[in-house]
Amino acid sequence: MNLLNLLIGFLKVGLFAFGGGYAAVPLIRDVVMSYGWLDPDMLTNMIAVSESTPGPIMINLATYVGSTQGNIIGALIATLAVILPSFIIILIIVKLEKKLLKNRYIQAALSGVKPCVIGIIGATGAYMILQHIFTAFPGGTVDATAAAVTAALAMIYFGSRKVTKRGIPPILLIGTAALAGVLVYGVQ
Amino acid sequence: MNRTMDLFLTFAKIGLFTFGGGYAMIPLIEDNCVTRKQWISHDEMMNITVISESTPGPIAINCATYIGYKQKGIGGAVAATIGMALPSFCIIFLISLFLDRFLEIRWIANAFRGIKLAVGILILDAAIRMIRKMPKKPLAVTITACSFAAMLLISIFSVRVTSITLMLTAGLIGLTVYLISGRKEGDAG
Repeated sequence: MNLLNLLIGFLKVGLFAFGGGYAAVPLIRDVVMSYGWLDPDMLTNMIAVSESTPGPIMINLATYVGSTQGNIIGALIATLAVILPSFIIILIIVKLEKKLLKNRYIQAALSGVKPCVIGIIGATGAYMILQHIFTAFPGGTVDATAAAVTAALAMIYFGSRKVTKRGIPPILLIGTAALAGVLVYGVQ
Repeated sequence: MNRTMDLFLTFAKIGLFTFGGGYAMIPLIEDNCVTRKQWISHDEMMNITVISESTPGPIAINCATYIGYKQKGIGGAVAATIGMALPSFCIIFLISLFLDRFLEIRWIANAFRGIKLAVGILILDAAIRMIRKMPKKPLAVTITACSFAAMLLISIFSVRVTSITLMLTAGLIGLTVYLISGRKEGDAG
């Protein structure tokens, strides 16, 4: 039953993750939380691991969630499920020589979907930040240490773009954050 | 070398050496498939990027499927797509076997307490970058703002509405506005 849920859950992710990369995070959060597959902290850890290992983030997350729920079979099912919608849609588009995408009704619907995706991604990022700088959210008090580290990381990340054109890459931010974690919370 | 095998190996190499996913992969795909192998032209590569923006799923997979199909039909599409996904799959599967035990080590757990704080920043940054690239039409800006507010409230109050529902609603709004505005302007995007 869990394998069937993995299949359905990740087909949904693959079918609705417009924009690639982090666009899949809100969808994966929805699916993973609704089935109770991972706790929010573990999901956040895995997003960082996915960013720090090669390959598309969506595939990394699908493989990980699948593996925790159904070992190698689960990992295979979740990974194939997340790939399948894209694979089929691209084949259809190549066959129809893009006529489908030029269809004005599809364009009109996409003109609503695309900005919505951006809002959803932004809200997910903002919510994750809020969740981590409060002891409980909503309702808790501010965790001063976490808030200070978050502010420092944001300053380093966005500030670096004033120094060099591209700024520091995400993987370096994750490395810096790991170091900050060890320094602030201790080695022991 | 057999073309199907070549597709598989080339995309496996791309999958193994790009970090961060998404648009980070485009330059590497372009370098391999346009410059070196000349499987597709630069214009076609631009086309694929545009198509990827309007279709769901990992951008790298979209590219692999498209290029594989153009070269060798369905077999090529399958070879390129599996090649693209395989390195990720193997690496993450191995990590999944050890991550729990790894996180029991105190300093590693603490490092992840720090990392956790960076992830929200990265995701917020992804949205900011997309906003910058987005055409600032009133409808688009309104939808972005409303879906931001709605998604934040949904998360905070644990409302049982998924992001898929929001996206379908937004798609419907896009379509409705297009139909009401009389289809005269020709370009809906």
